Amino acid sequence: MSSSIGAASAEASPPRTVGHPTPLVDGVDKVTGRARYTADLPHADALVGMILRSTVAHGTIVGIDVSAARALPGVRAVVTGDDFAAPYGVIPIAQNEWPLARERVRYRGEPIAAVAADDRASAEAALAAIVADIAPLSPVFTAQDALAEGAPLLHRDKAGNVEREVAQDFGDVDAGFAAADLVRERRFHYAEVAHGQIERNAAVASFDPERGELTSRSTTQVPYYLHLAIARCLGLDRAQIRITKPFVGGGFGHRVEPLNFEIVAAALARAAGATVRVEQSREDSFLTHRGRPETDIRLRLGLRAGGEITAVDCEVIQRGGAYAGYGVVTILYAGALLHALYRVGAVRYRGLRVYTNTPPSGAMRGHGAVDVRHAFEALLDEMGGELGLDPFALRRANLIEPPWRTANDLQVNSCALAACLDRVEEASGWRERRGKLPRGRGLGLACSHYVSGAAKPVQWSGEPHAVVNLKLDFDGSITLLTGAADIGQGSSTLLTQVAAETLCLPIERIRVVAADSALTPKDNGSYSSRVSFMVGNAALRAAEALRDTLVEAAARTLGVAATEVVWQGERCLVRGTDRELDFASVVAAALAGTGTLTVKGVWTTPSEMQGGRFRGAAVGSTAGFSYSAQVVEVAVDEETGAVSVEHVWVAHDCGFAINPLAATGQVQGAVWMGMGQALQEETQYHEGLALRPNFLDYRIPTIAESPPIDVTLVDSLDPLGPFGAKEASEGSLHGFAPALTSAIADATGIRLMALPATPDRVLDAIVRRRREARLESMRANRAAAAAGERTNP
Amino acid sequence: MGTRLLEVTVNGRTRCDAVDDATLLVDYLRRSVGLTGTKQGCDGGECGACTVLVDGAPRLACITLAASMAGRSIETIESLAAAGRMSPLQRAFHEHLGAQCGYCTPGMIMSAEALLRRDRAPTEDAIRAALAGNLCRCTGYVKIVESVQAASRALAEGER
Repeated sequence: MSSSIGAASAEASPPRTVGHPTPLVDGVDKVTGRARYTADLPHADALVGMILRSTVAHGTIVGIDVSAARALPGVRAVVTGDDFAAPYGVIPIAQNEWPLARERVRYRGEPIAAVAADDRASAEAALAAIVADIAPLSPVFTAQDALAEGAPLLHRDKAGNVEREVAQDFGDVDAGFAAADLVRERRFHYAEVAHGQIERNAAVASFDPERGELTSRSTTQVPYYLHLAIARCLGLDRAQIRITKPFVGGGFGHRVEPLNFEIVAAALARAAGATVRVEQSREDSFLTHRGRPETDIRLRLGLRAGGEITAVDCEVIQRGGAYAGYGVVTILYAGALLHALYRVGAVRYRGLRVYTNTPPSGAMRGHGAVDVRHAFEALLDEMGGELGLDPFALRRANLIEPPWRTANDLQVNSCALAACLDRVEEASGWRERRGKLPRGRGLGLACSHYVSGAAKPVQWSGEPHAVVNLKLDFDGSITLLTGAADIGQGSSTLLTQVAAETLCLPIERIRVVAADSALTPKDNGSYSSRVSFMVGNAALRAAEALRDTLVEAAARTLGVAATEVVWQGERCLVRGTDRELDFASVVAAALAGTGTLTVKGVWTTPSEMQGGRFRGAAVGSTAGFSYSAQVVEVAVDEETGAVSVEHVWVAHDCGFAINPLAATGQVQGAVWMGMGQALQEETQYHEGLALRPNFLDYRIPTIAESPPIDVTLVDSLDPLGPFGAKEASEGSLHGFAPALTSAIADATGIRLMALPATPDRVLDAIVRRRREARLESMRANRAAAAAGERTNP
Repeated sequence: MGTRLLEVTVNGRTRCDAVDDATLLVDYLRRSVGLTGTKQGCDGGECGACTVLVDGAPRLACITLAASMAGRSIETIESLAAAGRMSPLQRAFHEHLGAQCGYCTPGMIMSAEALLRRDRAPTEDAIRAALAGNLCRCTGYVKIVESVQAASRALAEGER
């Protein structure tokens, strides 16, 4: 752990690096076009790999005849499901997907065969020559159909097409409802949405048959999980494999599990004994999917007159698609983060993750918790209205105070949600403006939270949660070696800042080498907003270890005790004297006799933050929860149903912003992604056929329709986070949708129970309300007339 | 399908390459010329990541035939830096975090470059209109608008 040697002076001076807006250390490469993403890697000799997809949503594979394809000129390899040793899946207990389908296909677009050829035309000809004999089975496309009595089963071992049924009970729910002054129950529906990262999927795999070595570079957020999957599926020893991650053009969860095209590229490379490049289309990305599942929620809440939540009863059904992926985790997250935001003592949660003949859903930014957050906040808002409570007062009535143990055994060590509420209340002019806006305009509030890293990794190996190495060499440069995957969120920059701050050195001295399994220590990957917290902590400890070594070397050279050395980075002093040593001399002293120095820092989440003892308790547990409050202002056109977002004010408790520039950008991006889902994004299928597998039909917001997003970063100085930091990448996403629908309710009186809030849904609700109002007034008139007849016979 | 010789200027250098009639400009730039700064994020004309300048006007390289570029002058993201120094737009996108993952960035900057060449001090609405064909999934566009505004200020202050 941390040593105090030389630390006194470092702590006495204000932070020089952390806490300051810092452009990305790899930013120049990005703006100049020099950054190489997977598809940019130069390989003149690479074969073109292509994948054949099923046109059948559910069927038995009678046979796949590849003989004609194999005989075509320029074709170097053809592989099918039979060429793999094992199925894969990111969760060890749910590995039921083959890189290329075996025996059965379960969704339209599922990969069934792949080829590697000299050029694209030859590869396309080979795909066309493959004869797939698939006997159709009855498909199920909705959760309701999949759950119906006698529905065809997707997986033999999963009765009723239920991948996972969750039942969690905390506290006395019945007593909680009995104690409530107001109980309401509502049903909500959420469309399936997709990540829409702008970079298309790609993989470049090379196989050297002479040495039996496989090298893979691909668009991944999780190089380590990909490493495991390729070893497993190809039957290779893990030591034969090298995974490197080039620049990655966004992820948002699409790439947090190994994906078929990456494993297929590796199989093709091995079969051809060559380098194979697989470049996927945008349509392929939509078919590979792993997005947020279509979700149905029934939610019942009990509130006291003062707004205190007395009980929660919730049922969630997720349409998971054809394979497991992260499904078990997603349905558990929905329950874990449903209520843990507030002071809640009684919870009944029922979750169903269902298999359907649609592309597999997976983890998407805000994993599992986005739709339940909408339901919860929306119902709170509605009930608060009935109770005559201001939305801010309602939230303030339910705030937790750290340290706090939630009903489901999650530990909260820091929480500045109260300050977040204060900030957005002020910034949005809520008190002056709410209720006084012109017709069609409205303000809505919602809160949210998220984990800073899942406390239990999916591969439970007993290793620390994060490891960072620092290498100091003769030239005085420090190389930070990390497996953490920078996918645009700025993790390499943050780790540089943490190390530089701890060593009191300028960030220019530190170079990051990331995500190359041959060089860098293993990292679990960029998901669950774990990197800043976990890898940041490992970097902090590595830098402390290096600083201690350098201080000791300086002390030896200066002939004083280490405690007498005042460490200032580029130079150090003997306390109370003017004797000093420059950094180069300290480095020379430290390397003398030992040579190049490599130190290590590790981080392990304390066990009390790893959740309770009930089944599924690990999901939701984390060492640090972020908190967020946001106010959304909307304008609703009641003639067309069009909703425009005029402004968003958001305050995010990220503990401490190590890089306020990146944290602000992440919060803006998260809020905005929430906006896309809330306003307009929605996949669509016709009998399993994806109808919107492109950016014209799947409409992510353009710059023309995107609002100003004012961010306030709120400090809570988490006791375990590096410099007090927590996550800033996901937790503000969840609050957007409920703030939006509450704003729409404020503007129009309409409460939307289904998202996205497309013009047709909004207009339907407006028309329905007008019709109900007309009927109401007709009934009232008739009743009045009848009463009149009785009094005036 | 035939093959022809294409004479074209790419980033100020005149070239002559054999191209198939069906070759797209994005593939010509990335594969034949070897300039991979120009990206492709969609299957044709949806995302704007491939935006380049053709005779100074923004154009989607993924729905432009290379063969149609005979005698034209093409500018890609690689042309903006001079002697290794970033252009005002590149510097602004770097310093104001207009780029997160960076994948939409080349197209975004080229669209903004075309805008600033015809209007050095665009209004926010003009910026939003000029970039409406360029999708970004990371930033929510807030810092992209700020980046273009910062570049506009830098131009006003006389930076190259």
